[in-house]
Amino acid sequence: MLDCKHNTELLSQSYDRPLTLREKMAMRMHLLMCRGCRNFEKQLAFIRKAARELPRKL
Amino acid sequence: MSAIDPEALQQQRSYLLRYAMLQLRDPHLAEDVVQETLVAAIENRSGFAAQSQPRTWLVGILKHKIMDVLRKRAREPQLSVAEGEDENELVDALFRQNGRWASPPQNWNEPEQAMENAHFWEVFEQCNRRMPLNSARAFMMREFMEMSTDEICHELSISTTNCWVILHRARLVLRECLDLNWFGNAR
Ligand SMILES: [Zn+2]
Repeated sequence: MLDCKHNTELLSQSYDRPLTLREKMAMRMHLLMCRGCRNFEKQLAFIRKAARELPRKL
Repeated sequence: MSAIDPEALQQQRSYLLRYAMLQLRDPHLAEDVVQETLVAAIENRSGFAAQSQPRTWLVGILKHKIMDVLRKRAREPQLSVAEGEDENELVDALFRQNGRWASPPQNWNEPEQAMENAHFWEVFEQCNRRMPLNSARAFMMREFMEMSTDEICHELSISTTNCWVILHRARLVLRECLDLNWFGNAR
């Protein structure tokens, strides 16, 4: 089973490279059972969006 | 219109400085690249296409100047190891020995609304500045300048794996900072 530390690595890397099918499955399994990582997943999406908005907000 | 008013260029100066500071985090260096950018812009102002925004055009030039500085830095051998270690410690503190969250992330309340709030953007900018230098540099290239991971690895002369690790740490650190200084307050 994937732990939270490695799961957050995969979540983050999904923004930088295509994940393999196996990685995606492991990640989804973990997310089903872990609320902390589900929150983290949403927050990562927000951080990407906000960082890309920042040049317009300076 | 084939030229741009030098005065209009100067008006963009403070924006360009803040942009450069986020990436370089050194007021003198930032000042230098902005100065170079404005000089280059004035010299090439006939090349400015009337249909594009002055800011967009200037930022395009500025990005190149910033990349020149970063490229030079990447060639210097000491990419501050000590700083990298601090970062490791910080990230390690987020997880227990068994790999689970030491303190699992809580839900963020209405993040979309935060984006409408000017004070949120101040906090966001400060959090970016507080990131360790290596992380900030890669993160800003990835998200702020929207470069590909391949380009970043290449420019910083680091391996792809290392690049992913650095970007991940940057996001973890930024998330902590936003949680502590913005979203946590609403709980
Ligand atoms: Zn988890």
